[in-house]
Amino acid sequence: MTDLDTFRTETRAWLAEHCPPEMREPVRADTDICWGGRRYDPAANPPQARWLTLMAERGWTVPDWPKVYGGGGLSPAETKILREEMAAIRARNPLNSFGISMLGPALLKYGTEEQKREHLPRIARGEIRWCQGYSEPNAGSDLAGLATSAEDAGDHYIVNGQKVWTSYADKADWIFCLVRTSKESKQGGISFVLFDMDSPGVSTKPILLISGYSPFCETFFDNVTVPKANRVHDENKGWDVAKYLLGHEREMISGMGLASGGRNPLVEGAIATVGLDRDGRLADPLLRAQIAVFEVRAKAFAAMSERFIDELKAGRSHPAQPSMMKYVGTELNKARHELMMAAGGSDALEWESERSRGGAGARAWLRTKANSIEGGTSEIQLNIVAKRILELPGA
Amino acid sequence: MPLYLNDEQTMLHDTAKDFVAEHAPVAHLRSLRDSNDPAGFSRDVWKQFAEMGFTGILIGEDQGGLGLGHVEAGVVLEEIGRNLSPSPFLTTAVAAVEALRGSAQAERWYTGILAGETVAALAIDEGAKHRDRVALRAERAGNGFRLSGAKQFVTHGHVADMLIVAARTAGGEDEADGVTLFAVPRDTAGLTATPERLADSSVAARLTLEDVAVDADAVLGEVDGGRAVLDRALRAGRTGAAAELVGVGAGAMDMTIGYLKQRKQFGVPIGSFQALQHRAAHLYSEIEVARAAVLKAQQLLDAGSDAADEAVSVAKAMTGMATTLSVQESVQMHGGIGMTDEYDVGFYMKRARVLAEMFGDTHYHADRLARAAGY
Repeated sequence: MTDLDTFRTETRAWLAEHCPPEMREPVRADTDICWGGRRYDPAANPPQARWLTLMAERGWTVPDWPKVYGGGGLSPAETKILREEMAAIRARNPLNSFGISMLGPALLKYGTEEQKREHLPRIARGEIRWCQGYSEPNAGSDLAGLATSAEDAGDHYIVNGQKVWTSYADKADWIFCLVRTSKESKQGGISFVLFDMDSPGVSTKPILLISGYSPFCETFFDNVTVPKANRVHDENKGWDVAKYLLGHEREMISGMGLASGGRNPLVEGAIATVGLDRDGRLADPLLRAQIAVFEVRAKAFAAMSERFIDELKAGRSHPAQPSMMKYVGTELNKARHELMMAAGGSDALEWESERSRGGAGARAWLRTKANSIEGGTSEIQLNIVAKRILELPGA
Repeated sequence: MPLYLNDEQTMLHDTAKDFVAEHAPVAHLRSLRDSNDPAGFSRDVWKQFAEMGFTGILIGEDQGGLGLGHVEAGVVLEEIGRNLSPSPFLTTAVAAVEALRGSAQAERWYTGILAGETVAALAIDEGAKHRDRVALRAERAGNGFRLSGAKQFVTHGHVADMLIVAARTAGGEDEADGVTLFAVPRDTAGLTATPERLADSSVAARLTLEDVAVDADAVLGEVDGGRAVLDRALRAGRTGAAAELVGVGAGAMDMTIGYLKQRKQFGVPIGSFQALQHRAAHLYSEIEVARAAVLKAQQLLDAGSDAADEAVSVAKAMTGMATTLSVQESVQMHGGIGMTDEYDVGFYMKRARVLAEMFGDTHYHADRLARAAGY
């Protein structure tokens, strides 16, 4: 047996023993996801809390981060095996966080040793929940046009301005935020800073969405003091960090195009509502055809995701490839939910009933419409692919 | 195993890329087409493929081949697709080699395949659309069998030295069991192969078999149990066709991206227009996804995985969609010149259509996946 075979055997055994049965059930609602943070209540869901603690102890909430920062120190091949073994028993992610998927990789690349030691272990253990201060009312697709100002006040900055579409700002403990430190240059006048959301002068206001949920906020900064030691990378070099982090954000969002675990809610739902004919085929042949073609795309995209991650870990991926992944993954996710609504018929329209789990399907369908907007619209991703990968001339 | 080519496979890719581009570029197809070449491919180039070792990629080292896998065969096929090289590689060195594997017939035919002297063809389809149905009858007669019926879309069937024929030895036409595979030399009495030129200038035969007598040792696998051998050959053929399709799609796309950078209208390269940039970027995404699906299928086949069958259908269905999109977008973005015979892009459209149909189209494979998933 090779070392990797041994690792697989040991990992499989450890997961079988330690992953609580409740954590092998499909995620049905946002409340089933563990986000950690200061407001996290372990008593609310003891199996979830146990799963987080056990995984964090091994560094497996962030398996490929160095051990010294709370990670598992696993190689790319070992990380892949861990993910495969978790998928095989349909284990839930022990911890979801923007700290893991977005800030962490940026800090590992651009952070000082002090910043890494302060923030990364607390991200790995789920102690601090982070939010992202990027978009502004007048800086969406044109993100570098942002205006939130950070005025130099000696050893600290004074931050004033407004962010919008800040995911879970009202539930987050800290924010990583793009601020303007110079008006001399558009992209070259941006800095990347970290600060506590409890700082005086920070306020948030949830935005009610078409799904009836408020996952995003408007976030206001009124003379917020931010120590310069909390700036990541050089002053006016924040755009480099922002772009690097956006690549990871797009990678994360593209994952939404993947079906979860071994089950297929689209197919199962369609069979339940439409039924099978005598030959065992879905009784609505046109819906069946649409689902079958969608499934081809979804399975092919799963292969693409595997290839993308493998190439990324080996340093063989084009730096703009996350834009392609984000584009395809989010468009697929929207298509999946359109089909789930078509398959669900009028059952899927119920908004409040217990039968519909409070309209979970309909609300999730509406939520997916943001996938191709947030983190850079589909059109922006296509621009990036055209210019950076295909090297088509600028307009 | 990571889902990208390893160092050896990358080296093979570089070799195949240079070799195919030099010896069988699109100009080679054009000259065969213009001379109305009756074979539809060049025997000389087929010999050169053999000299490079390509025809033995899937043949074991103990039998004189390279003992490699479907990833390596696919590397060559993608270049064949990219250059639209007319070649019996897919039918002979991939599908037929798999059908013959492990049988007594392998000894007889592998030598010629390794030498680039033998061409084999697959006689499976009986209607215009690829189906699982097998109706052509094989009746026991003396020490062997007599075959009667018809086949179509038998690529290279008119010049092949040997035909692999799927026949019904028991049960009804739609039953999975009761199928037997035969290796039939083309010069066997009663076998007529009528060549038909296809849209892409390749030649496929319509076969008629009237009491074609073969010995019992012509059987590949078990009598009545040929479906297992047929499935193995089809998995290889479908994966290979998918790899060739990726090459066709990527070739047309690259040609088009080049054109967008060079062609000027309104005083600027047309590739600076966002309407075309978005079409090109979407196309790139589709081809990348298709390429990943093909590599996944190849790796699973080589690993002997149970998941290979599903991955093969995903690969064939996805490449059918992606490459069909690619050739249509390519002609559209070229504009009028894309409609001319003088320009090469039209050849890509024709080849894509033939490959999309071969061994089951996107609808066939999407349906197959749906049935396997219970709906």
